[in-house]
Amino acid sequence: MLRRLFYDARIRDLFWQVAISASLVGLTVFFVRNASQNMVNAGIASGFDFLWRSAGIDVPFTLTGYKSSDNIWALFWAGVTNTLFVSLISMLLATLLGFVIGLARLSSHWLLSAIAGAYVEFVRNIPLLFFVLFWYFGVIAALPQPRDSLNLFSAIFLNNRGLTVPAATSGAPFQWALAAILFAFAAQWLVSRWAARRKAETGADTPVLAIGLVLCALVPIAALVWAARSTGWDMPQAGRFNLRGGFVIIPEFVALLAALVTYTAGFVAEIVRGGIGAVARGQREAAASLGLKPGQILRFVVIPQAMRVMIPPMTSQYLNVLKNSSFGAAIAYPDVVSLFMGSALNDTGQAIEIIAMTLAVYLFFGLIVSALMNWYNARIALVTR
Amino acid sequence: MRDFVNKNGEDVTMTKTNLTAVIAATAMLAGGAAVAQTLVPSPTLDAIRARGNLECGVHVGVPGFSFPNDKGEWSGLDVDYCRALAAAVLGDAGKVKFTPTTVQQRWPVLQSGQVDLLSRNTTITFSRNATLGVNFQGINFYEGQTFIVRKASKATAAKDLDGASVCVAAGSTEEKNAADWFRERNLKVTITNFQKNDDAIAAYDAGRCDAYTAGVGALAGQRAKLKTPDDHIIMAEPISNDPQGPVTRYGDERWQAVVRWVLNGMIAAENLGVTSKNVDDMRANSKNAEVRRLLGAEGNFGQMLGLSNDWMYNAIKAVGNYGESFDRTVGKDSSLKLERGQNALWTKGGLLFTPPFQ
Repeated sequence: MLRRLFYDARIRDLFWQVAISASLVGLTVFFVRNASQNMVNAGIASGFDFLWRSAGIDVPFTLTGYKSSDNIWALFWAGVTNTLFVSLISMLLATLLGFVIGLARLSSHWLLSAIAGAYVEFVRNIPLLFFVLFWYFGVIAALPQPRDSLNLFSAIFLNNRGLTVPAATSGAPFQWALAAILFAFAAQWLVSRWAARRKAETGADTPVLAIGLVLCALVPIAALVWAARSTGWDMPQAGRFNLRGGFVIIPEFVALLAALVTYTAGFVAEIVRGGIGAVARGQREAAASLGLKPGQILRFVVIPQAMRVMIPPMTSQYLNVLKNSSFGAAIAYPDVVSLFMGSALNDTGQAIEIIAMTLAVYLFFGLIVSALMNWYNARIALVTR
Repeated sequence: MRDFVNKNGEDVTMTKTNLTAVIAATAMLAGGAAVAQTLVPSPTLDAIRARGNLECGVHVGVPGFSFPNDKGEWSGLDVDYCRALAAAVLGDAGKVKFTPTTVQQRWPVLQSGQVDLLSRNTTITFSRNATLGVNFQGINFYEGQTFIVRKASKATAAKDLDGASVCVAAGSTEEKNAADWFRERNLKVTITNFQKNDDAIAAYDAGRCDAYTAGVGALAGQRAKLKTPDDHIIMAEPISNDPQGPVTRYGDERWQAVVRWVLNGMIAAENLGVTSKNVDDMRANSKNAEVRRLLGAEGNFGQMLGLSNDWMYNAIKAVGNYGESFDRTVGKDSSLKLERGQNALWTKGGLLFTPPFQ
């Protein structure tokens, strides 16, 4: 009986899996208990109670409405949202810039292609920290002192303390406007689908472009104008040291964003070049012989096929952006590393808990990025019938 | 549990642990008779002697407190204390290895046992003492937090800073002090938190902030790091009390006593008029009983802590008393030119006080 169990491959696999999982769990429990026992012996506080202590730390840039009288948990969230904010915008802009540079590198125009090539080589061989510091001190040095701010209509000010824009006193109208805009985009998507089907079935044309203009341009403009008029505005005004009022986009954000975008774009450009290079030459020739224009060849033939090659390495680049955003700590961008692993850790001394939570943040959002990209990859993958 | 009847006929109930304790105590008594006194074991002192040098955690660089020159030689008030401690323990003020630590690194470095103590512009606070597993062994500098601003801003006190941006080192007491102080007064100040003091100073110098905040003493030294130090002024009025002194981790009480009493000894020496120049003469000729005990001419104070009896003699001979060290590093003979102020002896209107060597 036992002998039969031992030789049954399924049972044996199960046994080993259970054994390995159990020892991993056991090892983790041992390490956690050992660490907490040692910390108790050394008189170091442990546990997660510190999260409810008041933080008492000022954050110069927050999207969550955090105040220094809030608790450390709120400080943690302020850091997490700042990390996500800079990461998402960096991913978006790096993709756009990377695409442009990648296409430029493939261009038949010699100068364009040489410049793009030089950019990629430059970016790939320089450490990111250098980029971050270069942009930071570059940005601060290039911008004027608050007294000599550059301004647009006396409403938007640019100086070395950041870009100050008027702040809405109430956010609710903008939430309605955003809902209206999303609704209009969804409607446009439905209209274009319906128009394509109608064209296929009856051959009749629908003025999709005109409808699109109304839905995707007029509706958002109208919604934003309505929102802007139905809320009060906190206008920046010159103060003794600096501008008072308004919402300040700090230079640390701008510098970190610029560094992440310019750095990552170099890698994205190579992925784009590789992806397009992977599309067989015959595909272009076939498209050209069908009479498609170069732009159409790129849009309908090359890019859809290149995307399949590009998505997996792009996932790694997006994950890199998320992780590299922690370089913000070097220039006082209030991300989760700077606020939570810097200020809060020093204040409470609870290194193990805080570092574990920070790791969990990167792991959690990293896995979400991976999952989204895998889903997209599966969607555009070559469907074999 | 077993019942015993001892020699005198009394009933004693002994557990196994009790018995072990009695055996241990007897062994200690027997041993003690041989060497006159038995000391509580001190793993830190044993480790220092075994490795032949003291490991001292200092600041990465505040002129006047702990600052390396271009040859890598450290100097400053906090550094002097480490040298005095090395002289007291090992008889040689040169046997110190300095470990520079940032605001962020200092606690793990001490907690993990990488250094024997911290002596680095660290403010004594309740929650640090209670939750970080560290003890503060006295005060070697009464610091107060203030701000450095550009002269052109015409701000002279912290309350003038309404609307300003302030650069600060993340995780320092200054970060929280400033946030609390401005919030309490309803002044709107933007605080930008850098990972290191030097990053914050560089950003202030680059025009990112209107002010940089740190202690009065630290600022006096850090000012030299600015491009044009003369264009800046340090606000005279402090917004907080930040007493600073050597820090040890929990445990090893005998080592903690050594750290505490070497500092007390340096202050006592100033009060008793013992200096690095007259220390030989004082040891040989002084009639003051406290001086004689301090310098090991009478009694065996060093031995009580497991040191040699000339521990404080060595420390003062090498480094001088507290006043000499202060004048040389941050006071009138230094480039910082700080007043003694609160850091004068209690007999001279300051706050420095030492318990008696009795």
